[in-house]
Amino acid sequence: MNKILLIIKREYLTRVKKKSFIIMTILGPILMASIFIAPFLINKISEEKIVIEVIDEIGIKLPETENITFDYKNISFEDAKANFRRQHYYAILYMPMIMLNYPGGTILYSKKDVNLSIKEYISNAIGQELYEAKLASHGIDKELLRTLKTDIQIRTIKATEKGEEKSESEKATMIGLISGALIYFFIFLYGAQVMRGIIEEKTNRIVEIIISSVKPFQLMMGKILGVAMVGLTQFLLWVILTAGITTFFMNYAFQNPGSRKKIEKMMVQRNQQMGDSQSIAAKEIAKEAQSSPVKELLGNINFPLIVGSFIFFFLGGYLLYGALFAAIGAAVDSETDVQQFMLPITIPLILSFIVAQSVVMTNPDGALAFWFSIIPFTSPIVMMVRIPFGVPVPHFILSVTLLIAGFIFTTWLAAKIYRTGILMYGKKITYKELAKWLFYKE
Amino acid sequence: MNIIEIQGVTKRYASQLALDNVSISIPEGSIFGLLGPNGAGKTSLIRIINQITAPDEGKVLFCGEKLSPSHVSMIGYLPEERGLYKKMEVGEQAIYLAQLKGLTRKDAIAKLKSWFEKFEMQSWWKKKIEELSKGMQQKVQFIVTMIHEPRLLILDEPFTGFDPINTRLITEELLSFRSKGATIILSTHRMESVEELCSHIALINKSKKILDGTVKEIRAAHKTNIYELEYSGNVIGFSNALGSGFELVSSSQDFTTTRARVKMLGDNTVNNLLHALIPHVQIHGLREIVPGMNEIFINKVNG
Repeated sequence: MNKILLIIKREYLTRVKKKSFIIMTILGPILMASIFIAPFLINKISEEKIVIEVIDEIGIKLPETENITFDYKNISFEDAKANFRRQHYYAILYMPMIMLNYPGGTILYSKKDVNLSIKEYISNAIGQELYEAKLASHGIDKELLRTLKTDIQIRTIKATEKGEEKSESEKATMIGLISGALIYFFIFLYGAQVMRGIIEEKTNRIVEIIISSVKPFQLMMGKILGVAMVGLTQFLLWVILTAGITTFFMNYAFQNPGSRKKIEKMMVQRNQQMGDSQSIAAKEIAKEAQSSPVKELLGNINFPLIVGSFIFFFLGGYLLYGALFAAIGAAVDSETDVQQFMLPITIPLILSFIVAQSVVMTNPDGALAFWFSIIPFTSPIVMMVRIPFGVPVPHFILSVTLLIAGFIFTTWLAAKIYRTGILMYGKKITYKELAKWLFYKE
Repeated sequence: MNIIEIQGVTKRYASQLALDNVSISIPEGSIFGLLGPNGAGKTSLIRIINQITAPDEGKVLFCGEKLSPSHVSMIGYLPEERGLYKKMEVGEQAIYLAQLKGLTRKDAIAKLKSWFEKFEMQSWWKKKIEELSKGMQQKVQFIVTMIHEPRLLILDEPFTGFDPINTRLITEELLSFRSKGATIILSTHRMESVEELCSHIALINKSKKILDGTVKEIRAAHKTNIYELEYSGNVIGFSNALGSGFELVSSSQDFTTTRARVKMLGDNTVNNLLHALIPHVQIHGLREIVPGMNEIFINKVNG
């Protein structure tokens, strides 16, 4: 037992000291955090103040924003164009008389390509102004029109044993998919590391020295468990760092007085628009938005359950496939021979990911989803995707039990192949050969 | 006392028979040469002694006890196919391998330091294995094999990759190790090291043991009763003097002397030969031709 710990320690330390591990550990959270942060950053970057020169032949006033202001000039479009190069305007907006009958007549004249959002803002603004002008010309009251419009919002509520809960399908989908994808990715990443480690020991010819001190099974399990701990370390560091980076940036973004004010203003507007009848929902939304971004992201999702199941299904799936990866590593002489044996491993993994994406998303409690979340070869991914939607307890227990049985089985199988394979050099191995190894006596 | 007692061991791989009812006794304190052509089954036997594989039939005793995992720390093994983790530092790796053999980290470090000093390789401690030359790697490997001071050392082709100076160094280490009471099993194709080092040998061919015993006995048993004489004088007189009691095997002439190989026939002894020759020729030298291990090996395997 002591020797297995020594092996685990070596496998763990040599891997976490590697540059590639350190780089991945830092890069991962930055990439993940950027998914959360990017929208905010993009918003900030576009807050560049621009002034547009307007040649208006119709006589409408466009609403200005913090960033976009208009400078109305009473000159001809030709003159404006002639002077444009020497002036600081971002663009010239030309609204000719014919625009009223021929909407294509509006021209936005600029030095470089116009920012899409600015173009959209201007066209919406003109459209709104003309719409209101036309309403007025027909004698229709703007306020009357607004009260006629009904804005329908559907709130989904889930009946559970704990009473009513707000349903969170979108969040469940997102969390399920992300954790499923992570497990898929981790199994491949760390499974391949186990395999490469074993091939390395074989090609280095150190394996015979080591198994004269420990049992082949100890060496194999030590490697699998050591790499598992590397995986867990990476995962936990990712979670902590991602949360850290995201919180840091979010706080920074919200502390910026401009954005905070903007959000508050939005809230007020929204509340006014919704009116009293919908005030409960409005209040809830407002409350949510005021709480921390991470909390808002998680909502009613059972976070400890998700993380706990993630760790279990990651470990279970990894142990199940890791043993198979180990068997492949032991059977081949170099990484170039790996391909022929990879198919039986990749197919169930890819299949479960496809099932996770398509079927589970549309029908997380259907028969296909059920079976895939029970069979150990696909359950680590499919069950993980189902969990955020809520899974009946018996299904969960069945899946967990079968997964444990599954990895005990694959470990047993792998150990048989491993102990013969690691001492076999310079021989091209076939499936038939592997099957024979299973029945060798020790 | 025998440190290893191999009793009727048979090992099969699928349809192939690797060892066929092999019985060998390895006396404690001997340097035991395990000989045989490639593919004869030596490695299979060594792996069984190391408990890497188990025999299908028969058993192996270590100091009279059935081989068990507790014996692992008493055996040091240097396989023919050997290597180290290329990316790992020399010191860290040596400590790791010593710990796997049951040493504590502290003991391992202390022992390694003294070995590294003896071989003047202290500066390698922090280097990665891949930065060392092949010969240097072999030295590290050798130290790692010996570090836990095993009672039984099993070396499979230990001298490949060493230059003559290092070969000498290692040989001296082996001899001093033996003089402290350890037993060494040496599997090699280099018959000169067998003659130089081994006290006992066993020869395996086609999965079967075909010869074993002390080197002295084996060589004596393979004596052909041929003597080489150096003499000056009449060659024809020499042949005539041999008469019917001796057979002239070969003869070659120098400027002044002749070398002749003579086989004793019947009960004739060296004294009889000298008695017959002295009246006819001047004898300068006489020695017995004893077959080398090389010849015995080739004869036994081909015969």
